[in-house]
Amino acid sequence: MASVVSSVSTLVESGLRGPALARRRALALQLTAVAAFLALWSALAGVVVLLELFNPIFLPGPWLVVGALAELAVKGELWVHVAATLERVVIGFGTGAALGVTLGLGAGQLAPVRNVVEPLVELLRPIPPLAMLPLFIVWVGIGEPSKIGFITYATFFPIFLTTVTGVRQIDPVLLRAARSLGARGLGLFTRVILPAALPDILTGLRLGVALAFFVIVISEFIGAEHGLGYLINDGRNFFLVPQMLGAAVVLGLLGYAGNGLVRLLERRLLRWQHPA
Amino acid sequence: MTPAAGPKIQVQGVSKTFGAGPALAEVDLDVAARELVCILGPSGCGKSTLLNIVAGFLAPTTGTVRVDGRPVTGPAPERGVVFQEYALFPWLTVTGNVEFGPRLQARPAAERKRAVDRYLDLVGLRAHADKFPAQLSGGMKQRVAIARALANNPAVILMDEPFGALDAQTREVLQDELSRIQRVEHKTILFVTHSIREAVYLADRVVVMTSVPGRIRQVFPIKLPEIRDRFAPEFTQYEADITRVVKEEVAKVRE
Repeated sequence: MASVVSSVSTLVESGLRGPALARRRALALQLTAVAAFLALWSALAGVVVLLELFNPIFLPGPWLVVGALAELAVKGELWVHVAATLERVVIGFGTGAALGVTLGLGAGQLAPVRNVVEPLVELLRPIPPLAMLPLFIVWVGIGEPSKIGFITYATFFPIFLTTVTGVRQIDPVLLRAARSLGARGLGLFTRVILPAALPDILTGLRLGVALAFFVIVISEFIGAEHGLGYLINDGRNFFLVPQMLGAAVVLGLLGYAGNGLVRLLERRLLRWQHPA
Repeated sequence: MTPAAGPKIQVQGVSKTFGAGPALAEVDLDVAARELVCILGPSGCGKSTLLNIVAGFLAPTTGTVRVDGRPVTGPAPERGVVFQEYALFPWLTVTGNVEFGPRLQARPAAERKRAVDRYLDLVGLRAHADKFPAQLSGGMKQRVAIARALANNPAVILMDEPFGALDAQTREVLQDELSRIQRVEHKTILFVTHSIREAVYLADRVVVMTSVPGRIRQVFPIKLPEIRDRFAPEFTQYEADITRVVKEEVAKVRE
């Protein structure tokens, strides 16, 4: 349990900006909340064991979850699953982000592109991506391409939409200023349109990362031999509840870290919004 | 026509009609090299429309604008613009903003640095070179915008109510600075304002426009020394004369 708490605390810490007093107080409160949650969970699991309320296998204490994870880690299995999931997320999200940003910039800039792409996006967007998963499997098969393609599909929408918004919301006075300083074509695009739309693009990437972890689990429930989603489903088949919870915790930490990475990128690239 | 002989800016028969009706009617105006001309008029008289046409942001319905004899067809670096809203690029530092134009022209780094240093010195912001616009006051932002326009070395500078968003004190400070800069740089400047005092303080000529549709009502050459005293009797006399004409135009809008 200690290892979980310490890894959470370092993650929480890296998500903060500085050692300001208010921040330190906030950090203390956040850590207390996590500790209280773990304590409550432990207490509940203990009560179940002591009073034999129901089969304790349904609610293993946090120590059992950590134990199951440690066992998988020592056997080397855990890393295979983590790597499988991460690989799918990185490739799927990377492709979705590349497509979403490229098409979004095009649609935001050029009315003809917008008029072609936007109606199609608006048509598909209201369909929950999960509803499309069986179709992906029917079309692409049950292997890696359908899993990766599914993430690409799901992450494309928020990234595309925020990018279009970012480009279309650029202050027209800034564009006039740039043009009267001699900017046009590619120069206008790279020096003005891209940096002006960047805050919205990064918001889209953050939404995309969250969605990628959201949808990968479900596609790993179906026909996967590796991955954290597989680990959860496998745990269900064999009643290994600590393994199910453990895989879920790892997914949570990975999602948290992914979000943290994009936030780090935001702080680097958008320093001008809140300069020190 | 050689550029040296003719007017720097030549507005010929320019009119502009928006959906609702005419905004500008048959405006003719020449601005000589090194001249600062202020355009003054009641709000909605089309003075900003005229400036936007000269800048190339709007196409005139009829007529032409020429700069150095060449017709204006769109925005171009020969016509620098200073906007009321500053329009600084928020993701660039003060330096980055000032060297935006020279960078686009791929000027060598040493030359860019010279330009940045010179114009930041001129507007007194050398110490703030590495700050972002978010860290600057309105007056400082407008100084950066002026430095940015100058550093691009345009043939003419167009200023659209550049001090309109500033408080009264800052406004006068920036008028002083622009007047000082103009004594050094001798740029050709077309300056839109609704402040009569500002116009008399800065201009070589004040052009008063009529109310809608905007046309030129009267041109006042300001024969005052380069360094002006806002409280001199001659200064207040110009103010009074121009105020009388402007008031008639404002009254027409009310009728």
